[in-house]
Amino acid sequence: MVEKPVWRSGGRRFAALAAVGLLALTACGGGGANGGSGGDKSKVTVTYQQFGGSHAQEQFLSGVKTEFEKANPGVTLDLQPITASENDYYTKLQLQMRSPNTSPDVVYEDTFLINSDIQAGYLQPLDDHLNSWADWNNFTTTAKGAAKALDGKTYAVPDGTDTRAVWFNKDILAKAGLPADWQPKNWNDLLTAARAVKAAVPGVIPLNIYAGKGLGEATSMQGFEMLLYGTGSTLYDAQSQKWVVGSKGFTDSLSFLQTVYNEKLGPTPQQVLDPNWNNTVSQQLIPAGKVAISVDGSWVSHNWLPGDAAPWAQWSKVMGTAYMPTETGQDPGKVSMSGGWTWAIPKNSDNADKAWAFIQMVSDREHHLKWDIANVQIPVRTDVASDPSYLAANPTNKFFASLVPITTYRPAYAVYPRISNEIQVATESVVTGTTDVPTAANTYNDQVKSIAGDAVMTAAGS
Amino acid sequence: MSVTAVAAGARRKPVSVTLVRGIPLAPAVVLLSVFLLGPILYCVYSAFTNMSLTGASGSQFVGLANFKTAFTSAEFGASVYYTIFFTVVSAIIGQNVVGMVLALLMRSGSAAVRAVVSAIVIGAWVLPEVVAGYLWLAFFNSDGTLNHVLSGIGLPPQNILYTAPILAVSIANVWRGTAFSMLVYSAALSEVPKEIEEAAVVDGAGKWRTLISITLPMVRRSIATNLMLITLQTLSVFGLIWTMTKGGPSNKSSTLPVFAYQQAFQFSQLGYGTALALVLLVIGGIFSLIYLRALRLEDNPA
Repeated sequence: MVEKPVWRSGGRRFAALAAVGLLALTACGGGGANGGSGGDKSKVTVTYQQFGGSHAQEQFLSGVKTEFEKANPGVTLDLQPITASENDYYTKLQLQMRSPNTSPDVVYEDTFLINSDIQAGYLQPLDDHLNSWADWNNFTTTAKGAAKALDGKTYAVPDGTDTRAVWFNKDILAKAGLPADWQPKNWNDLLTAARAVKAAVPGVIPLNIYAGKGLGEATSMQGFEMLLYGTGSTLYDAQSQKWVVGSKGFTDSLSFLQTVYNEKLGPTPQQVLDPNWNNTVSQQLIPAGKVAISVDGSWVSHNWLPGDAAPWAQWSKVMGTAYMPTETGQDPGKVSMSGGWTWAIPKNSDNADKAWAFIQMVSDREHHLKWDIANVQIPVRTDVASDPSYLAANPTNKFFASLVPITTYRPAYAVYPRISNEIQVATESVVTGTTDVPTAANTYNDQVKSIAGDAVMTAAGS
Repeated sequence: MSVTAVAAGARRKPVSVTLVRGIPLAPAVVLLSVFLLGPILYCVYSAFTNMSLTGASGSQFVGLANFKTAFTSAEFGASVYYTIFFTVVSAIIGQNVVGMVLALLMRSGSAAVRAVVSAIVIGAWVLPEVVAGYLWLAFFNSDGTLNHVLSGIGLPPQNILYTAPILAVSIANVWRGTAFSMLVYSAALSEVPKEIEEAAVVDGAGKWRTLISITLPMVRRSIATNLMLITLQTLSVFGLIWTMTKGGPSNKSSTLPVFAYQQAFQFSQLGYGTALALVLLVIGGIFSLIYLRALRLEDNPA
């Protein structure tokens, strides 16, 4: 908040401005009084995100609350959702965790930010608890790594994940002469199919792939990284702990986007720069049969379930899924990116034991199964992934869960959000035709060097 | 400031009397220091640190590094440009001129017209910023109201949110903020004695001449005050722009408040973000100095 400067003005105007300032401050501070269990051992405060029309988590957690309070007599589970969009949720959560007065006991953390919050010292390691917790062995290896920091300690328990792949409309592809079990083997197959659709079916978007800053992380993950990680290149070299710049994979991925947008195989640049474009695609255009192929997440079908944003009974007959191919079909042939959320205990929690008891309860087999089905999540527990009721709950569950062994988590370290922003800038300048691919890639390289400092390496062979 | 004012005013009285008389002020001074001065000083301090919301524990003093980053960054330069464009177009030109024209027209309108017009204009002012932003987003959107109207009368569709986003948010801000200028000017114009204007007419001045030579000079102090208030208001507009464009596309409507918010809360660089906020404060300070100076020149012509 920026206060307006006051000089030389009379006392009266000063007083008026001061009064306005005070009003503004009290208005800002109004929401700050919640959170924080204030040293009360009989209360466990749980903070999670609540946004939009979905109440899946609220319903799920209120069920957990009843069970938890029954199992722990005398302890109240205080559910405190933060009603905010994703970015605002991160910010509010971080502000809460900064102070012991406001810190919750359990927080719902996105894997996108957890590494940075670990580095900031907001969370406590859970290794002691995990070592003596038999259930931890049921978690997949990739999932166990989701909240593992550079110091080798694990700070959170994931509650599910997501994978990304190619959705396609079987009816539209049939008109373009493509089979119902269509599966591209490399990027060229994707382009060929999109061109065939463009020629045969006017008025639909042949290949929707996200780009630009408007969509934020959706561009980075569903759009660019799904390409980059299929080129054999990477954003971050885990071994040397350095960010990679100047790779051929980077320019190849940008060129692919350029081809899609130049040949008008994708949405128009204006469409894709709209911050709500991903919702428009999954809630309006796909159900209306206006999109042939779309690279998107496993959760998309969530929108089409009864009672959600865009109920669509026929979706499982019309929509098919294919894995995202690598650039030339090189091993392992398919690529997927994963994110997901976790439960963690802030360092400033004053009731860490009960907090762990809550995490144990919410992470057991039965609760994961319930949650994964309700929220169309990909299980991180092997015993849930193979559960018949999970597989039967949604016809695409089996396919998306099968991508877990080959999926990649983002290098979500402290500077990742800024590097991700640079990726979005690069894709935006390419799809809008503002710059050519080499210029966009060079700008990215320079920006990454200034963001990450010494932790940058130039890719081999460039 | 208040303390010095009291001290200066009571120069010839004994100190004890001054102190006793100052007591009623104490709560206000304490409140102001805690809630206004404290946060401002903290903001100034953090502008010189690398404080971050996440990613690092603790923060170090980094001197002028944040300002150096800002002044060497092309994004920052563009953002200063958009801020000034937005302020000049939407406040100094838009709200100011439209407000004055409405006030002048309403003076000669019938009571019914005045009531209807002011209800409509003030309605825009009463709407929360976010609601106003959303209305304009819906209006300018590629399948929004404006394009339906345009295609209805056979004109090609517009695309201003994409091609000239800073202009789109400026128009929205004119719409939303004009009521303030209109009210200030209506009040000022009602103070202009009818006799003087009538005298000018008798002397043979036309409508235009009367306006330029008589009416406007008589309300010039209100004009300066109004300009200062709307400039400072417009410099810090955030919600409207955030709702309509989020600073995009391609940062083409990213004014300083939006830019500072992104740096502080999306990229977690609190230190850098507060440094940008300080720069915004300085720009506001420069504008107010110009206006105050103009007012003072009016008061004591050299």
